[in-house]
Amino acid sequence: MAVSEPPGERAPVVTMRGVSKWFGSFQVLRAIDLDVHRAERIVVCGPSGSGKSTLIRCLNQLEAHQDGTITVDGVELRPDLPGIEAVRREIGMVFQRFNLFPHLTALENCMLAPMKVRGLSRAAAEEAARTYLARVRIPEQAHKYPVQLSGGQQQRVAIARSLCMNPKIMLFDEPTSALDPEMVGEVLDVMVELAESGMTMVVVTHEMGFARRVADRVVFMDQGEIVEVAPPAAFFDHPRNERTRRFLSQILPAGLPETN
Amino acid sequence: MTYEFEFGEVFAYWPELAAGAAHTLVLSTLAMAIGMVVAVLGALAKTSGPVWLRWIIDAYIELIRNTPFLIQIFLIFFGLPSIGLRLSPDAAALTALVVNVGAYGIEIIRAGIESIDGGQIEAGRSLGMKPLQIFRYVVLKPAIQAIYPALTSQFILLMLNSSVCSAIAASELTAAAGDIQSRNFRSFEVYLVVTGIYFALSVVLWSAFAGIEQAFLRKPSRR
Repeated sequence: MAVSEPPGERAPVVTMRGVSKWFGSFQVLRAIDLDVHRAERIVVCGPSGSGKSTLIRCLNQLEAHQDGTITVDGVELRPDLPGIEAVRREIGMVFQRFNLFPHLTALENCMLAPMKVRGLSRAAAEEAARTYLARVRIPEQAHKYPVQLSGGQQQRVAIARSLCMNPKIMLFDEPTSALDPEMVGEVLDVMVELAESGMTMVVVTHEMGFARRVADRVVFMDQGEIVEVAPPAAFFDHPRNERTRRFLSQILPAGLPETN
Repeated sequence: MTYEFEFGEVFAYWPELAAGAAHTLVLSTLAMAIGMVVAVLGALAKTSGPVWLRWIIDAYIELIRNTPFLIQIFLIFFGLPSIGLRLSPDAAALTALVVNVGAYGIEIIRAGIESIDGGQIEAGRSLGMKPLQIFRYVVLKPAIQAIYPALTSQFILLMLNSSVCSAIAASELTAAAGDIQSRNFRSFEVYLVVTGIYFALSVVLWSAFAGIEQAFLRKPSRR
């Protein structure tokens, strides 16, 4: 299907062409075409099992695709690509279940990869870690361990941990789905700020308010296909596809979210 | 039936007992340290090595865990010279202890590795860490924390098992006891005292293990 053009003429950071993937005989991705441009914010939504998590997990090859091409920052990704680590360190990822390292403090979680992967000195890594922990508004939690933090705090540490690697793009895999409702806001606020700072973001989420407020384009997936791609106003107010309309009516029973 | 205990005749040999106890402690500690390296490397290979290597490690583990320790010592001390590898009793004892504890240790540490949530490994990969970096910095410490009680129990067993090394006249506590009772014919007293010394050595090791846990492996408590 046609890929709708984003505003401005910016080079794509990510290009997916005809990407397909199977789990056994079940096809989870069907000929996905998608470009992500620099500083673009893309929200991917769709019913569970639609392939949206698999799609972003292919972008850093936590999952291997079996057909088609994925290019990230000029490098074509293949499962057997030597030095896939060099690609991954430019791609931040935030997981549904935070996945912090339990034996390290918040600060150490943020310092580990910059020291071991980027070769930063301890002092430089600590300075960066403190900067980003302040940016996600938990500088005072630096010396706590993950079990000592709330879910919302853990997810913000996870975001800071990714940012410490200075990624070119950030992937979010349902970052608020495992949170208690009262903690969703603090994580979304941090993500909104990140978007406003110009970070390239691909966010899988059901938070339609976030999508409307932040996204440049909303991608709707169903049964492994991209069904519709549109800027949020068009996506929410005039969905073209019947499947999109049905999905929106299910997750937005009280009407479409307001722009705030 | 009455028996007159004569512990004085045992304590007269205290320098030999002390030397034996010290040898047991050194032999066991060395075997633990080297065995730990074997166990970690073996567990790494068993969880993420090539298939042929896993097969070899499985064979090693099954062989060691299903044969008597005494026979393992005899094979190393009396068997290996036949192919030109002659070890001193102490070296053979250390080798046998390492080979033995390594097999049990691999399975214990493998269980610890497999208890690690896959999400943490994915987080390490997504940060650009290489597999060995993930193993060393993300997996290893929580894995050891998870199985530390099983591992230390195995190490205590190793120290107690080291008494079997007296069979090849390695210089350790049980051999010293055998020497003494062959001279003073006070077997009951000698082995009672040696029982006490082994017990004391166990207490020393348990304390050391607790101290190591407190210093390096303490898990953070909730708030």
